[in-house]
Amino acid sequence: MKKLIAAALVAAASVGLVSAASAGTLDNVKAKGQLVCGANPGTAGFGVPDQKGNWTGLDVDYCRAIAAAIFNDPTKVKFVPLSSKDRFTALASGEVDVLIRNSTWTMSRETTLGIIWAGVNFYDGQGFMVNKKLNVKSAKELNGASICVQQGTTTELNLADFFRSNKMDYKVVTFGTSEEALKAYDSGRCDSYTTDRSGLAADRLSMAKPDDHIILPEVISKEPLGPVVRQGDDQWLNLVKWVHYALLTTEELGINSKNVDEKVKSEDPEVKRVLGTEGKFGESLGLSNAWVVQIVKGVGNYEELFERNVGPNTPLQLARSSNALWSKGGLQYAPPIR
Amino acid sequence: MSGQAELKFIRSHFSDPLPPPMRTSGIFHWARENLFSSVFNSVLTILILFGLYQVIPGMIDRLIITAVWTANSSKDCNAELLGHPVGVCWGFVNAHWGYFVFGQYPEHLRWRPELFFVLEALGLAWLLVPSIPRKDWAMIYFFIIFPIVAFFLLNGSETLGLTPVQTHFWGGFLVSIVIGTVGIVISVPVGILLALGRRSHMPVARSASVVMIEFIRGVPLITVLFMANVMFPLFVPEGWRPDPLLRVLVGVALFFSAYMAETVRGGLQAIPRGQYEAAQALGLSYWQMMVKIILPQALKIVIPGIVNNFIGLLKDTTLVAIVNIFDFLKVIEASLNNPVWRLSQRLATDHRH
Amino acid sequence: MSVGVEGRPSDSKVVFYNDPRIRSLFFQLLLLGLIVALFWFAYDNTVSNLRKRNIAQGFAFWDVEAGFDISQTLISYSAASSYGRAFWVGLLNTMLVSLVSIFFATILGVIIGILRLSRNWLVAKLAMVYVEIFRNVPLLLILYFWYRGVLGLLPEPRESIKLPADILLNTRGLLMPKPIFGDAFIYPLIAFVSTVILGAVLFWWARRVQARTGNRPNAGLFSTSMIIGLPLIVFFLSGSPLSFDVPVQGRFNASGGMTLPPEFVSLVIGLTTYTAAFIAENVRAGIVAISKGQTEASQALGLSHGQTIRLVIMPQALRVIVPLLNSEYLSLTKNSSLGVSIGYPDLVNVFTGTVLNQTGQAVEMVSVTMLVYLTLSLLTSAFMNWFNRRVALVER
Repeated sequence: MKKLIAAALVAAASVGLVSAASAGTLDNVKAKGQLVCGANPGTAGFGVPDQKGNWTGLDVDYCRAIAAAIFNDPTKVKFVPLSSKDRFTALASGEVDVLIRNSTWTMSRETTLGIIWAGVNFYDGQGFMVNKKLNVKSAKELNGASICVQQGTTTELNLADFFRSNKMDYKVVTFGTSEEALKAYDSGRCDSYTTDRSGLAADRLSMAKPDDHIILPEVISKEPLGPVVRQGDDQWLNLVKWVHYALLTTEELGINSKNVDEKVKSEDPEVKRVLGTEGKFGESLGLSNAWVVQIVKGVGNYEELFERNVGPNTPLQLARSSNALWSKGGLQYAPPIR
Repeated sequence: MSGQAELKFIRSHFSDPLPPPMRTSGIFHWARENLFSSVFNSVLTILILFGLYQVIPGMIDRLIITAVWTANSSKDCNAELLGHPVGVCWGFVNAHWGYFVFGQYPEHLRWRPELFFVLEALGLAWLLVPSIPRKDWAMIYFFIIFPIVAFFLLNGSETLGLTPVQTHFWGGFLVSIVIGTVGIVISVPVGILLALGRRSHMPVARSASVVMIEFIRGVPLITVLFMANVMFPLFVPEGWRPDPLLRVLVGVALFFSAYMAETVRGGLQAIPRGQYEAAQALGLSYWQMMVKIILPQALKIVIPGIVNNFIGLLKDTTLVAIVNIFDFLKVIEASLNNPVWRLSQRLATDHRH
Repeated sequence: MSVGVEGRPSDSKVVFYNDPRIRSLFFQLLLLGLIVALFWFAYDNTVSNLRKRNIAQGFAFWDVEAGFDISQTLISYSAASSYGRAFWVGLLNTMLVSLVSIFFATILGVIIGILRLSRNWLVAKLAMVYVEIFRNVPLLLILYFWYRGVLGLLPEPRESIKLPADILLNTRGLLMPKPIFGDAFIYPLIAFVSTVILGAVLFWWARRVQARTGNRPNAGLFSTSMIIGLPLIVFFLSGSPLSFDVPVQGRFNASGGMTLPPEFVSLVIGLTTYTAAFIAENVRAGIVAISKGQTEASQALGLSHGQTIRLVIMPQALRVIVPLLNSEYLSLTKNSSLGVSIGYPDLVNVFTGTVLNQTGQAVEMVSVTMLVYLTLSLLTSAFMNWFNRRVALVER
């Protein structure tokens, strides 16, 4: 018996089920040779694995961008599927290095959960989906409706606020995962299903009859979604933050995965700084100076990520709107790399 | 003497034959005895037969006759597109079989979990079929050799030339069986220790065992799983990152050890006191007495209990789906969400546009 | 390490490390040390981990506004209530679903257990098939079956199935008229309570007479008609102080009345059908354990079949059944936590789910939840032990 436990422990330790490390997250990631990324297992366009375990989505590509910046190899990511219920616990407990899973940035989450947002990779807002045949045109008409919602999200709180502030009555039905909530709505358990509008667009696709459902015009909340890291490791926070800004800056400068090799030769001082031919910006993050080149070659710039995963040519058909660059009337703004 | 002749009576014709006795064999007797023994029973029987007649032909029709056996997407099972009624879509199961059994375990490496299943079946047969000899070797094989082999087989190891496969690729039936196996392999020895502790005369050992057993038996498995999932990572130093599957395995093993301890305790209590006394009279030490005299007898008695625990354990492995482990139930759910199998309606409408 | 060797007088010639008392003391100290070290290790790591990750500790959250709604609440609750209130809502929901399921599971289990022993072959086999299916399928699957497979197929609110007495059945659950009690309802209530007390006194008197004379005065009919009749008369005299709030089809779903949500219904049906299979086996075991001679003896005494079961078999069988039922009730209570998988707002769903997620305080939530279940288990055990003592054979 004792031999068995000892053998199991030795075996487990030797193969790395239990990996001990005390250094910062970046050193830890480098030592393991891969980034562990908390991902959404069920929202098309943001994070969803197929049968073979290939993940696709905007959030998932952000994980790959970070891996590309560190290892010059976007495939060195291990995706851990997390439900909205246990995502922050998983991040805080160190199970994942970074959480990129449509997580809304709020004050109380940063002050009490021991986590911190590195930026906003998607500006979203909460909306409602209803069946066309109910003939509802506005969320204000939902008085008395049953509403399916996923547990442990800001969605749940916004929903309560919306009905409270409009003095309307509703019946909430709460589920552990968004798939369960959606399935219940699809089977007629609720009159309406609510989540972030990007999520609604994605979820509509996986319904039995997507064309029977419409998304109501009201946006009842601000939902800045972005990558999250643990507090207390500023080097790692900086890295994730600047990977996000690099994706935006490259779009702004017109650098993409196709022309990056030419752009490296550019004489434009700003491009030179960004692509690491001038200055030591990568090294100051603990990366190589060609970090942005690695990111863009590995996954592309923000525009490519957006178009590939959620843009007008994808089933989600989302417009850039607030997610356009600041110069094009959107909210996406990156501080200068200099 | 003459009176004798007068008393004589000779029957001149046969009396009417009695009716034959009720048949005590054959189908009619059986039916009369078991189905129509009273008016109430007869009515009940007829009602049930009528109910079965209503249900069974429809089931056969849906399960076999109109069922679709091979399909590449839900379009192949769509009654509207096919133009005839469709029963169960077995094609869906057919197409996902590998996924159901192995999850995302790489296809070219699936001989490893297959070998694991075979090794496990051999071990279980050796342990449980009474006519196969050398149960002591069977114990050594199943509780020591097999787990180590299985670990390297499934997880892989660079030094042995087996490509490592991380646990997040494991899924489906494989994960259910792994959880069940680890549960049984850990919970039997730990359960025995706890049971011995509970019957020990040392107050510390006894109270520690009692508290642990009663605490775990008093809470639902799902809270133990939650504890393993969210609290266990906090109990260990920062930087250790217990694998999600490992955490669940710890929770399951802990939980079933407590139940196993109670089963084993039943066996220990059934051993007559004379056995203990005889062993002590022979001068055996505590562990000699337990290993050589008591446990072999006690464990033999509780084999049915252990098998029951194992079945319960296998059923309860479905709960790990709630903490996001891709077990058998979860992979079926996941494959139902697969767009190819859900989007068919939309694709159909797209053609119309 | 000293089964049965305690009583041996310590021999001065034995070396100290062979002295059983010293050895026992040594091993116990070792074990105690190990346990303390393990707990200290976990505690120390938890504290330092929580501090490093800046996660709040303690129960300050208890009075903080929860901000979310719960679909089924037995006590008044709104998004403005506190997390502590949400805890009580979850706990009461757990207790409600457990009690209701225990009630139905016992009835169904006893019926099926008796049917398994039926002389009708088909009935016995059907009961056996039922028991084997429900005992060997995971409960989670059974819950999914009822929730998605059966109740999910009910019609939408507009096409509700209309049952008699204004009861509606649709995907939103079972909608029933809600009784509204007027102030004067107290009078028929008083009448009812007093007639029940009177009936009980009559019953007791009848037994006394039977014990003395052997003949039982037939008080049953009189008390029954009195218990039903008098409150009814008082009810109408006091002006029928009872009205019903009937569910009316609204824009989305019928409003008004009482609703049994499908999550609750399927959890109750799931727990009932699952646990009934186990209870049926216990009941069968209990009945089979009574020797056939008991039946034959009671028949020889001229008792009818019903009397035999009621007066002879069951009281004896209960002694076997009750301890077994105890553990079934305990596991039912614990199994009710699976309601989380179908969205029933029980303790695990509300507290270990939503509240844990909003506050991030895993240690507090999981510990409190575990303690609650432990307490519920101990309470159920205590009650069943008390009941067991009552039905147990009184040995003189």
